[in-house]
Amino acid sequence: MGLMSLFRRSPPSAVVAKERLRIIVAQERSARGGPDYLPLLRRELLQVIHKYLEVDPDTVQMNLERCEGHEVLELSVALPQRPRS
Amino acid sequence: MTEIIVVTSGKGGVGKTTTSASLACGLARRGKRVAVIDFDIGLRNLDLIMGCERRVVYDFVNVIQGDCSLKQALIKDKRFDTLFVLAASQTRDKDALTPEGVHRVLDALAAEGFEYVICDSPAGIEKGAHLAMYFADRAVVVVNPEVSSVRDSDRILGLLASKTQRAEQGNGGVKEHLLLTRYCPRRVASGEMMSVADVKDILGLDVVGVIPESTDVLSASNAGTPVILNDESDVAHAYDDAVSRLLGEAVPLRFTDAPKKGFFARIFGA
Repeated sequence: MGLMSLFRRSPPSAVVAKERLRIIVAQERSARGGPDYLPLLRRELLQVIHKYLEVDPDTVQMNLERCEGHEVLELSVALPQRPRS
Repeated sequence: MTEIIVVTSGKGGVGKTTTSASLACGLARRGKRVAVIDFDIGLRNLDLIMGCERRVVYDFVNVIQGDCSLKQALIKDKRFDTLFVLAASQTRDKDALTPEGVHRVLDALAAEGFEYVICDSPAGIEKGAHLAMYFADRAVVVVNPEVSSVRDSDRILGLLASKTQRAEQGNGGVKEHLLLTRYCPRRVASGEMMSVADVKDILGLDVVGVIPESTDVLSASNAGTPVILNDESDVAHAYDDAVSRLLGEAVPLRFTDAPKKGFFARIFGA
């Protein structure tokens, strides 16, 4: 890292790599051990929602949480400003 | 007491076979009785890296199917009396490997007095990779400091924690170690490559070795001499350190710092 690097705007690529990995690994670990149907369920639910609302797939969060003795499937959808006409 | 060590990674081309061959030679050089098994059914390669490809008569699947005895299939290394190679079969039949068959061979190796069995896993998460790790006591997870390799390794860690005999029996699980290959300290210093600490941080494993990027690896495979035997190479010393750590010795990391830059290089960057 010399004087020239002071003028560099973007962060070093290794920092970007680590940050991207941190997020995806955490996400994949949380899905691990969950039922295999979860990704498919997510996709089909998205298709149903999409019939009525214009939603961005990235704003749909699905979590399976294990509490004592039972599991909670949590679905969170950020709704758009106005529904599809 | 036989210790079964799987060398695995998920991603292909990161150095599993190079690592298996070098660890096996390193252990044998210290007088240990070692068998190294190629689990990549259909794509035999360990024999080439070990330099014994012309002496393969029987293979792993032959032993499992009872075509020959274990002793007939074990290829004795020409350099070390205590090192033996069990080659992969070239069959295309993926069902040739069975859990019972693999178990039987591993038990027979234990009965023969082998102290270490190194299982060279194929890439991927299919049957061969699964069986290579299933009976393991320890795992050496080979990782390049690169996004896809790190992500795949994490996937493998998930499998080690759930789809192995030790995990299923709940007796402590498989002990996992991280081995970084193709490490380039100069690129780490300039921010172009993730550091040992970065990868360790993401995967949460202890580091058993850091192998520097080097042209010596290709030369070694060209010659069929495991790279750990090239005394002039940093790679050999790095692998030998990894062997020491596997045996429980505390050895500081080497070859992880970039060479110091001169005055002009520091001012203007390079």
